[in-house]
Amino acid sequence: MYKYDNYDQQMVDTRVEEFRDQTRRRLSGELPEDKFRPLRLMNGLYLQLHAYMLRVAVPYGTLSGAQMKVLGDIADKYDRGYGHFTTRQNIQYNWIKLEEAPDILADLAKVEMHAIQTSGNCIRNISSDHFAGAAADELIDPRPYAELLRQWSSFHPEFCALPRKFKIAVIASDTDRAAMRLHDIGIQIVKNDAGEIGAAFYVGGGMGRTPMVAPCINEFVPLDWLITYSEACLRVYNRYGRRDNKYKARIKILVHELGKDEYTRQVEEEFAHLKSQGIEPPLAELERIKPYFADPAFKAGLSDGIDRSDPDFALWVDRNTIAHKAPGYVSAVISLKPVGGIPGDASADQIRLMGKLATDYSFDECRVTHTQNIVLPHVEKARLKELFDVLDANGLSTPNLDTIEDIIACPGLDYCSLANARSIPVAQKISERFASTGKTETLGELKLKISGCINACGHHHAGHIGILGVDRKGVENYQLLLGGSEAEDTSLGKITGPGFDEDGIVDAVERATDVYLAKREEGERFLDTYRRIGMDPFKEAIYG
Amino acid sequence: MVELLRFRTDEPSESPAVTVDCFGEQTNAGAVRIEPGDDARELLPHLAHITRVEVNFPVFGDGRGYSAARILREAGYEGEIRAVGDVAVDQLAALRRCGFDAFQPDVPMNDADADAALARWDNVYQKTTDGRAPIWALRHGNANA
Amino acid sequence: MKILTGNDLKTGDVTWWTGEGWSRHVNDAIDVGDKADEIAAREEASRNVLAPYAIDATTDENGVRPGHIKDRIRALGPTVRPDLTLKPADPAAGNWVI
Repeated sequence: MYKYDNYDQQMVDTRVEEFRDQTRRRLSGELPEDKFRPLRLMNGLYLQLHAYMLRVAVPYGTLSGAQMKVLGDIADKYDRGYGHFTTRQNIQYNWIKLEEAPDILADLAKVEMHAIQTSGNCIRNISSDHFAGAAADELIDPRPYAELLRQWSSFHPEFCALPRKFKIAVIASDTDRAAMRLHDIGIQIVKNDAGEIGAAFYVGGGMGRTPMVAPCINEFVPLDWLITYSEACLRVYNRYGRRDNKYKARIKILVHELGKDEYTRQVEEEFAHLKSQGIEPPLAELERIKPYFADPAFKAGLSDGIDRSDPDFALWVDRNTIAHKAPGYVSAVISLKPVGGIPGDASADQIRLMGKLATDYSFDECRVTHTQNIVLPHVEKARLKELFDVLDANGLSTPNLDTIEDIIACPGLDYCSLANARSIPVAQKISERFASTGKTETLGELKLKISGCINACGHHHAGHIGILGVDRKGVENYQLLLGGSEAEDTSLGKITGPGFDEDGIVDAVERATDVYLAKREEGERFLDTYRRIGMDPFKEAIYG
Repeated sequence: MVELLRFRTDEPSESPAVTVDCFGEQTNAGAVRIEPGDDARELLPHLAHITRVEVNFPVFGDGRGYSAARILREAGYEGEIRAVGDVAVDQLAALRRCGFDAFQPDVPMNDADADAALARWDNVYQKTTDGRAPIWALRHGNANA
Repeated sequence: MKILTGNDLKTGDVTWWTGEGWSRHVNDAIDVGDKADEIAAREEASRNVLAPYAIDATTDENGVRPGHIKDRIRALGPTVRPDLTLKPADPAAGNWVI
């Protein structure tokens, strides 16, 4: 994985000192809150319901064992013994003190980490495929491109006060595991007919109150113009994105209002101009970055056999491991969705343990997924049972990846100052319901996503089943959506009808799954059946 | 406290700034004021006659002025670009990188804080027109990039 | 009644205006009548509180009850982690927020 050189380290260290100075000026009264707020947000520090919350960047979701250990230590030293892994592949802490925030950033900087631009109206942490470098189906590892973009976007002087936040995802396989087309810019690294590597740009996707799937504005940007083209996309947005209404300020609205063709024309015009400005790093810089993401020293001649005599282990292997490009290896997913648990939460001890397991079993590397789980990307099949036993002894072996129990849920009204309803209790009740009825396994792949407000941090638009919490006259109410997907077949869910209370929504979800079980044809997932038969049979069963 | 922070050796021009719209009609004016919604590119044919461009930041969160300044510098404008309005020390470093060389904030800045903000960043990741070699250029032995 | 709440600038803790200062416990909150803006401006300027705002509340046998669920959750803590609320010994404390 990427290692900082002295320049990278100096940038992060300088930011720590800058934020220490800003915090000092806030506490001394020199900086009032309205001036300090955007500065703290640019360092990922929010004020939430119960305290400050700090969001730490995990660039493209990749972490070393030592970094993971420090994330666990921070949870103990500065927070209340746990952290929350997020849909942006980051981690956030819920009980932070302002006075201590600069010290946390200093601790992070020691292991090449930071909270730079994890909030605010700027280019956020770059996300990517959590199986990058391991997936059997990828063209190339997307992370060197993500790293190049990370450096370009960090402290970008022109784009520090954008109309709104800006999220970029980079993938390099046709299977989309990063919700690429639901980002402000989604980049797919592709190969053209001439066999050259380049980048397809999808611009103007997003969730929130006006969900949109990003159109492709350029099918092939040559690699030696990746940064310049990105800069052109951003400059058009910075100049013309709406600033009169924060709910219409994301780039998706600009692309939608201008139309894809006109937005593209403006980008191409700006790109033509910027090409003469010398802002593109040389390809040598990309070549400098690439070796950091080279394959680890996979052993040759390993067996692909797995001893499946323990049924619990066999189920976990079937559910939670993914094919790897190297023979004899798999990617193992550690579910942070224990039945009845809080999606994405892990205790300090669990975080440290996962870091140690990354070191011991996965070439010192782990990944955060946007579905709020942890991946050990490169595990020898022969050592899988040993790994499973350790996970099992520590409450980390739940075999439910991509099932209805593998729920994405935002923190909701239990923690978040924007939320209208609680998300976590609904997730807990649903996973308990389906685990107790034994239907989880029967239902197969079923992605359920819950947001506690219209901002859609829980990706409810993109769930096969989505749930949106709303405030109905001061009472929590939950709307049901069906038919969303954030994979390569991206689609946006549709609302079934009137909402439900907390118990009612759990029943409604179960009725929807019963329709699927009754109507499904061979090999169909829930989403496939819904797409084939449409909303009506589900509505009928739910509202009857 | 600093009321006008300026990084130029020429005498400040204090001729009144006209709006971009007015400038279209009276191109003999020496100073222009760009509001966030204005298109800086409308000034490009006239840059040789302009001694000062003021870019207004009615609220610091409106970042269109950053692009306006860069566009002028990328077009070769060498006169003064002055940030006016809601401008504070914590924006100085980024504004400098975008081509601003004068600052006249509504609320005067603390000298020491301004000095610290401008001296803080030894290196930069991006290339702009400010003449600083980005980190990628330093890494590849091209400090003049 | 109108009560005034905010967060502690340094620690971020949820606090309630008691008439003399700020308390972590909503039951210490007093009716501020029409003085909310005045107190909020003064306290914020002296950096005793961050982002203060006034809310409607009632009193019942349990004490002061904020009018909106959001502020009841602020007063208690996260309902999904009873151990981290202000009533860690009472696993059913979360029912109060509904």
